[in-house]
Amino acid sequence: METIQSIKPLIAVLVSICVVPLLVLCKKPNLREGWTFAAAAVKLLLVLSMLPVILNGNQIVYTLVEGVPGVAIKFRVDALGMLFACVAASLWIITSAYSIGYMRGLKEHSQTRYYVFFALALSATIGVAFSANLLTLYLFYEMLSLATYPLVTHHQDREARAAGRKYLTYILGTSIGLVLPAMLVCYHLTGTLEFASQGFLAGACNRGLAGVLLVFFIFGFAKAAVMPFHGWLPAAMVAPTPVSALLHAVAVVTVGVFSIVRILTGVFGTELLGQFDFGVIICAIASVTIIVASLIALSQDNLKRMLAFSTIGQLSYIILGVGLLSPKGITGGMLHIAMHAFGKITLFFCAGAIFMATGKRNISEMVGIGRRMPWTMGAFFVGSLSIIGLPPTGGFISKWYLVLGTLEANQMTFLLVLLGSSLLSAAYFMPVVYRAFFPPPGKAMFENKVGEAPILCVAPPVITAFISVVLFFYPEPFFRLVSMAVRFIGGN
Amino acid sequence: MTNHYPALIVVLPLLFAFVVSGVAWVKKSLCFPLTIVGMGLSAGLSVCLLGRVATTGLVEYRMGGWETPWGIGYHVDYLNALVVTVVTVLAFINLIATRKNVVEETPEKAGAFYSLYLLFIVGLTGIVLTGDLFNLYVLLEVASLTSYALIGMGNGRAPMSALNYLFVGTVGGCFYLLGVGYLYIMTGSLNMVDVATLLPQMYHSSAVVMAFIFCLVGVGIKMAFFPLHMWLPNAYGFAPTAVGSLIAPLMTKVMVYVLIRLILTVFSVDFAFVILKMGDPMVWLSSLAIVAGAVFALAQKNLKRMFCYIIVSEIGYMMGGAWLGNNTGMTGAILHIFNDAIMTLCLFLCAGSIYYRVRGLELDRLKGLFSKMPVTMACLVAGALSIIGVPPTCGFFSKWYLISGGLEAGQYGFVAALLFSSLVNVVLFFRVIEISYYGDFEDHHGHGSSGEAVMEAPASMLVPLLIVSIGLIVVGLYTGGIVNHLINPLLLKQGFLG
Repeated sequence: METIQSIKPLIAVLVSICVVPLLVLCKKPNLREGWTFAAAAVKLLLVLSMLPVILNGNQIVYTLVEGVPGVAIKFRVDALGMLFACVAASLWIITSAYSIGYMRGLKEHSQTRYYVFFALALSATIGVAFSANLLTLYLFYEMLSLATYPLVTHHQDREARAAGRKYLTYILGTSIGLVLPAMLVCYHLTGTLEFASQGFLAGACNRGLAGVLLVFFIFGFAKAAVMPFHGWLPAAMVAPTPVSALLHAVAVVTVGVFSIVRILTGVFGTELLGQFDFGVIICAIASVTIIVASLIALSQDNLKRMLAFSTIGQLSYIILGVGLLSPKGITGGMLHIAMHAFGKITLFFCAGAIFMATGKRNISEMVGIGRRMPWTMGAFFVGSLSIIGLPPTGGFISKWYLVLGTLEANQMTFLLVLLGSSLLSAAYFMPVVYRAFFPPPGKAMFENKVGEAPILCVAPPVITAFISVVLFFYPEPFFRLVSMAVRFIGGN
Repeated sequence: MTNHYPALIVVLPLLFAFVVSGVAWVKKSLCFPLTIVGMGLSAGLSVCLLGRVATTGLVEYRMGGWETPWGIGYHVDYLNALVVTVVTVLAFINLIATRKNVVEETPEKAGAFYSLYLLFIVGLTGIVLTGDLFNLYVLLEVASLTSYALIGMGNGRAPMSALNYLFVGTVGGCFYLLGVGYLYIMTGSLNMVDVATLLPQMYHSSAVVMAFIFCLVGVGIKMAFFPLHMWLPNAYGFAPTAVGSLIAPLMTKVMVYVLIRLILTVFSVDFAFVILKMGDPMVWLSSLAIVAGAVFALAQKNLKRMFCYIIVSEIGYMMGGAWLGNNTGMTGAILHIFNDAIMTLCLFLCAGSIYYRVRGLELDRLKGLFSKMPVTMACLVAGALSIIGVPPTCGFFSKWYLISGGLEAGQYGFVAALLFSSLVNVVLFFRVIEISYYGDFEDHHGHGSSGEAVMEAPASMLVPLLIVSIGLIVVGLYTGGIVNHLINPLLLKQGFLG
């Protein structure tokens, strides 16, 4: 394995910050969106240009400045980071297209502000993906929290204000109150914050302190929405739908779990976690979230809220996978970052498209909509298959590995949790799809005049649904990255 | 000429102060350009001095060629070079940024205002550069008296607050003078380095202990260290805009410098920490200051007064860091002098431009300001993030050193206080941001507009403000450089390692 010095990661992060002045100064919407696309394309190309290097088993490193002795603002592109960056950068382009359709279609106000903060959020996301140490990760994590605030509260009404408050309280409160002290204690104990293949905490602290740190980190990264710090996510559903899609699939929550995965593997190290027997604790915390969130999702009528609770449960799959501490489990967990992203973004795109075409938000009002919006609901169906974990979608692959992981780790309880939660998610998704396509006679709610949403809102979910299917047959790029990441953790 | 830099930094503003007050009789419009020249020269020379100190480590200057300890000597090392640069450069930026405020708020008194402005800088730069304890007292009074006068120029309750500040500040000055008197009685010397060499034999004398305590109380009053902070919110809050943003970032920070100078150079670390064992109680008091400042700030309904209580809290940060008794804490304290000056200036300049347009700083008058003054508000957010301690702003890095120092010293109360104040700062600033982001809800869905037409502040205010806000991030990123090149060598030299 070689380490290559290159400024590319920094540029990949900065591209979308640099485009901000252009977005602000552009008076013409078309030109402004043109810049958004240009930045998204450049970003994706930069990320992809680094992909072969990573696949050859190398790492790319770039140090910006050393702020504190031993802890620099530093980027390192490795397999796991690359996986996440690929997902985020490719979904940004699709989400941008969808945003244009959605924001223009609904004639939303302050569109420039919207695109500016969208771009900033993406910068922060790529920054998190490429962080080489905890300080850099924290920096971009906080930047993301702040950049998404104006997006979540886009409507600027009373409801948005309440949601924004909740969002900041949960996210900033936990990151300052829990992550920051935990990070400082780590630095105090070891003098470093650099992610290592087997962590850097080994030998530096006893089991009690390590346990406290673990809990601080898992709950501190509240973007991962581990219960009881999940309340902000359903509240944040007041945001415009493309933002929800961004929150759920591209940036926020994925950044949360990604950070936790990084902490578990790069700070603690799987060996240390196994030695202290922390795997079960992590899995138990995740399991509670999985089951409770699925049960709550079952009772939701608002489609976006249901999807929010579904996300909360799905995120904990990832944490559970890593918590199993077995190679297959970790593989499943990491793969799920990508698979869930493509599945969930499809569902959100569909929810937005339905809202655009019909103005309906509630599931009970969507009876028979499949007949009027076949493309949208078809994509919705594929997305929900992926989330449930059924073939032929990518979600099946990650769930397959998660199940294998529980067997490998000999954790039958968590196997039951996974299977139970799959059933539950089938129970909350399938009725929606079924009633959309096969309404009971005479109950169909839509007249002929309702049709598909504008093309820019229909094409994105169809594309992401298609990718979900492709990922079932050809998971190769992501799979190779994940197995490299797992081997890296394995130490060989 | 280059040898005279330290003296010129102090003397040039003094000369220009006289020139400005004279010229004011003839042509008022010349006052501002002249002040700019005087301030600019002083700031430029400070930067040159900092450069020289960074390479040579120490610059000695003897006033009138008199040898110390008989004459007054300027003893410029990393610490005062850094602080004097902050003082002059920030005062220069503030001078430019607040020109329109001065024209509006004190139209008839431009001459007096600008000469006092320069005299205040004479006082501050002198305090920072001098190596003589009594000279420090004289310049402290110069700075204090000019600040009373400057604050008194405000409207409404400003004269009353200035009077209150005068009473309290004079008491503080007297305490410091008493302390110096004791030291003079004991050692017969007023030169800091000289006193430091004479003192070790008398560390256990109660007179020296009293001298230290008097100095500590005196400086504590002047820096508004809780519970001696009562004068600050009124004095800074009611002061004219240009004065608030001059005094608030600089005066208290310079007083923290004086304290650190007394600990490091005059009394020595051994005396303060090992013999007197002042470390623990002072850190506890600082933690209390941090918490109290934060809680009081929560109760404020006026933007500027909220900032004032945040200063009280920030003073606790620096005092606590200085008294932790380890390298990391002291680094954090010195770094925070630097950083806090910039953040406070940023916040007060924002308040200045808002006041210029909105004519008020009550929180509920800020409604919808984000859409009307986007640049100013963006800078306010930058300042807020730095105060909260979000990377990569400079506030994060000094907080990092302070918390690390606290962990190293096992002062968990201090660590908890710092985290608590960070969280309170989140609440404080997001309350402001929320009010100014949402506006009125009557005309909902973001098209809100509240009453009066307000537009962005003029460029003369915005450009300095933008420079300061960008400075917050640049300084944050260069923290490593500042610590490695300026603070570590200083602490090494003072034997402050371990």
